[in-house]
Amino acid sequence: MSPPLLEIEDLVVHFPSAAGPVRAVDGLSLNVERGQTLGVVGESGSGKTVTFLAAMRLLDRSHPIVSGRIMLDGVDMLEVPARQMRGIRGARIGMIFQDPLSALHPLLRVGDQIAETVRAHRDVGRRDAWAQAVAALARVGIPNADERARQYAHQLSGGMRQRVMIAMALILEPDLLIADEPTTALDTTVEAQILGIIDDLRRRLGIGVVLVSHSLATVADVADTVVVMYAGRAVERGPCAEVFAHPQHPYTWGLLDSVPTLGAERARLVPIPGNPPSLIDPPPGCRFAARCAYRFDACTERLPELADRGGGHADACVLPATGRGARRRHPAHPGEEAAA
Amino acid sequence: MGRYILRRLLWTVVVVLVVTLITFVIFYVLPSGDPALRFAGKQPTAQVLAQVRTDLGLNHTVVVQYLLYLKRLVVGDRYGWPGLGFSYSSGAAIAPQLWQRAQITIQLVLGAAVLWMLIGIPVGVFSALRPRSRFDRTSLFVGLVFISTPVFWLGLLMLWLFWSTLGWLPGTGYVAFTIDPIQWAGHMLMPWITLSLAFAAVYARIVRSNMLDTLGEDYIRTARAKGLSEWRIVTRHALRASLVPIVTLLAVDIATLIGGTVIVETIFNLQGLGSWVLNGALNQDLPVTLAVTLVATIAVSILSLVADILYAYLDPRVRPG
Repeated sequence: MSPPLLEIEDLVVHFPSAAGPVRAVDGLSLNVERGQTLGVVGESGSGKTVTFLAAMRLLDRSHPIVSGRIMLDGVDMLEVPARQMRGIRGARIGMIFQDPLSALHPLLRVGDQIAETVRAHRDVGRRDAWAQAVAALARVGIPNADERARQYAHQLSGGMRQRVMIAMALILEPDLLIADEPTTALDTTVEAQILGIIDDLRRRLGIGVVLVSHSLATVADVADTVVVMYAGRAVERGPCAEVFAHPQHPYTWGLLDSVPTLGAERARLVPIPGNPPSLIDPPPGCRFAARCAYRFDACTERLPELADRGGGHADACVLPATGRGARRRHPAHPGEEAAA
Repeated sequence: MGRYILRRLLWTVVVVLVVTLITFVIFYVLPSGDPALRFAGKQPTAQVLAQVRTDLGLNHTVVVQYLLYLKRLVVGDRYGWPGLGFSYSSGAAIAPQLWQRAQITIQLVLGAAVLWMLIGIPVGVFSALRPRSRFDRTSLFVGLVFISTPVFWLGLLMLWLFWSTLGWLPGTGYVAFTIDPIQWAGHMLMPWITLSLAFAAVYARIVRSNMLDTLGEDYIRTARAKGLSEWRIVTRHALRASLVPIVTLLAVDIATLIGGTVIVETIFNLQGLGSWVLNGALNQDLPVTLAVTLVATIAVSILSLVADILYAYLDPRVRPG
């Protein structure tokens, strides 16, 4: 098996603050394979966005303390000089963001914004770059691409804007696309279209995709592998179908139980009680312990590491691995409600 | 876009009409006593008073007086266009002087505006790129000095230094560009600098804060994620967005200065509108004061029209249609 396209190893990103370092990412490891989609799931502040901004070296300005390795094709992104990094951004890694309206320049035509990406990396003329931009818009399914290219972000719908972002991120056919909550600002029907476009381009271009989301459901259909993050660390990792079928970590259970499912018998949604811990001085032991309904003494003694339970499915929980799924208390399960 | 400009143009005409009405009320109607006495200057003879009454149509009702006043402005009178009569104190016609003096003031103000933009924008940009750096703090301090320095003192200091002591620049007065461009520039340089320094400081601070806001925008992160060079991100993406709001500010500042460069014009003996209105006020020469007031207010409304059109051109979001 060839080495992974992107290999993050023991990544630590701490932001200095008056109260002490904020441990935004604290020992994270994950891999993205060529031609596959990695879903990264976690709630706000779990460190998913910070991880990939660090991979793009877009955090340099806030001067974080970064350690670990972020290897793209065998090259450590954290060691690359700034000048060379600029050649990697946009050309080898494309990135799209949550809110396409604010991510696009309001005063520049979208076609120009795409064309300038081409010209920043390739020695092509103005006309040629523009033609490429129009072709890229057509490729992401924008009708009348020629006309749309002449428009400004505010003249397009939310879905169109995100398509423009995708066209821009992929115009140079990078090896890796990082999609940071690409559908959070869009409505559900458009969400499916956008995910479909990303998945289609992944297949056609053979690129690796990182799909960051706060919702497991969003990544369920397209991800090959899933990483669940909590408070700067990975708590569960495994093949997507496997994680859905046999979730192992209580936090993952909580994520699954707190979203509505169409046609499910369950009467009520069960929120995860409490809030994520402070990342400045997190308590010892499992970061999720304070909110975990299955907590016992061992949880607060040491920080559990991801442990492989077979088949590439790993979790960071100290509960006994065998028969753990049976422990999962299904909320609003018949009988349980009466007991409560 | 065409319709938008037309609509704004018509609106500007309405504003200018209102301006004429207000000036009429202030100069003719509101003050007590005989308006002819006020227009006629100091110690007028009965003959002059009679002439003023005929010239200004003061024997008619107020409404007719206004319409006559408006008619003179629009079609001009025997002293030229716009019809503002002549100064009963000095005996000189207003309109020709107005044009001549407006030229000088406009040269002074536009030159100063170019200068303060040339200083203010780069200083603001560099301050924003390195906030709280030594450069940022120094420029803030120097800016505060310029803002708090009285213009009359700065002007005199410059004259003392560059003309009287060093002899690098010619002193006061004005030489037309068409007569001698080098002398023209030499004479204008000190007035330009004197007028522009405080504005440069203010603009630097505004550009700095706009730039800082813009650099925090998501689309700047997108530009970085695309791998653009820092230079291109700053000039094409950040600066462009930061300068759009400056347009309106600049138009209003230029318009305000057109009627209000009294001190600089007086110090450097430039025969512009500012020094004229000062003399007019001191000599109770009401036609002069009225003329400059009108020009200044009309300049404000026309320049805000220009600013609005420019704004729509620069920002597609406010562009109609």
